[in-house]
Amino acid sequence: MIATARTILRKDVRLELRTKESVPAMTLFTLTVYVLFHFGLDRDSLDGELAAGVLWVTLLLAAVIGVTRLFAAEREQGGIDGLLLAPVDRTALFLAKAAALFLFLFAVEVVAVPAFALLLLGPGLGGALPELLAILVLGNLGIAAVGALVAALAAETRARELIAPLLLLPLLVPVLIACAQATEPLLRQEQGPEDLGRWLGLLTLYDVVFVLLSVAVFDYLLED
Amino acid sequence: MDPAIELDGLERRYGERVALTGVTVSLAPGATLAVLGANGAGKTTLLRVLAGLLRPHSGTARVLGAELPGERWKVPGQVGYLGHEPLLYRELTGRENLTYHARLHGVDGSRVEKMLTAVGMERRADEPLRDLSRGMVQRLAAARSVLHDPPLLLLDEPRAHLDPAAAELLEPLIGRRSGRTRVLVSHDVEGALAEADIALGLRGGRQVFAGGVEPAAARELYR
Repeated sequence: MIATARTILRKDVRLELRTKESVPAMTLFTLTVYVLFHFGLDRDSLDGELAAGVLWVTLLLAAVIGVTRLFAAEREQGGIDGLLLAPVDRTALFLAKAAALFLFLFAVEVVAVPAFALLLLGPGLGGALPELLAILVLGNLGIAAVGALVAALAAETRARELIAPLLLLPLLVPVLIACAQATEPLLRQEQGPEDLGRWLGLLTLYDVVFVLLSVAVFDYLLED
Repeated sequence: MDPAIELDGLERRYGERVALTGVTVSLAPGATLAVLGANGAGKTTLLRVLAGLLRPHSGTARVLGAELPGERWKVPGQVGYLGHEPLLYRELTGRENLTYHARLHGVDGSRVEKMLTAVGMERRADEPLRDLSRGMVQRLAAARSVLHDPPLLLLDEPRAHLDPAAAELLEPLIGRRSGRTRVLVSHDVEGALAEADIALGLRGGRQVFAGGVEPAAARELYR
């Protein structure tokens, strides 16, 4: 199953490198929103809750673009039929799609987070990078698990561009809360009490629950 | 010997619309069934049910000993499907596409090279599909459909987009000479009947005939 997932993931990454349909669009969207906040809020810098909220809401909205495109090649070029005709465990498809979304999100964040710091952050990220990296990894994992599930569900519907965000964003509210709360102390002007462990624990729990849930129900989503 | 395909009163609906009903036919291993009918007769739906891509809603369907839909999990890997869509990625090369499908089917990489040669695409194998003609893509799709050497081939207008030389090239792979059990959908009535052992005629999803049929009677399906 892992070998099959790797095969599908390698194909998805290769397709993205050639078509450049998801990551550049997600990155451009993120940068545009940060520029809009920069001018819209009319402030030189943000910190604390507001900064964490702006960072994570923008990343979640960018994830919607990735989710709506996640099954595009399968849907438009018959890839799903090709997979269903092969003797492969469908869980491998879920793992590959979730891994692809995880990688795409990470690629976006490599550009988006420094841009966020440059455009909107007063104190800069500096020493908070290791903690922020842990939050990003756990946050991306949750988004990827739920995103792959929602993408498969929406792929077979006509109104997929509408259904994907309508399903995805409410399911990601716990991720948003945990990521924003965990990030908030890292973006404060002045040091205060941190509760990082608690929020990382919540994110981990969310990730485990949704990965297991997605694996359990993914088979049924591909039934006609 | 058990039939390769055995259908009895097969029915498939899309919502309220009946796409197939009362289809009853049996096909021996190694034989060819020609499926004839005008557009919208239910031919592609029948192929997709046999491939395990659509579940039948009533009646019985047995494909290579697997009862559908209950034992549908036994079908993947046993069937080669060559339909309207090539099931290949436009941005990948022919070699990358076939290697991808070979890995999904657990087939050795050397088989990819063999198939590329068999369909005469070895020289254009490293070009993305978007740069190839539709006929070349169809050749690669044919290679994909037999990459895993399936005992059953489901062919939906397999020679569409092919010039006569390419059609002849594919004959050992997907034609009668392949020795596989085949279900062949075609609008070329005479051609299909010539290479089939039995024929199934469909009109509006209903079976009109199953078995031997004269070309003149088969052409009535299109009037």
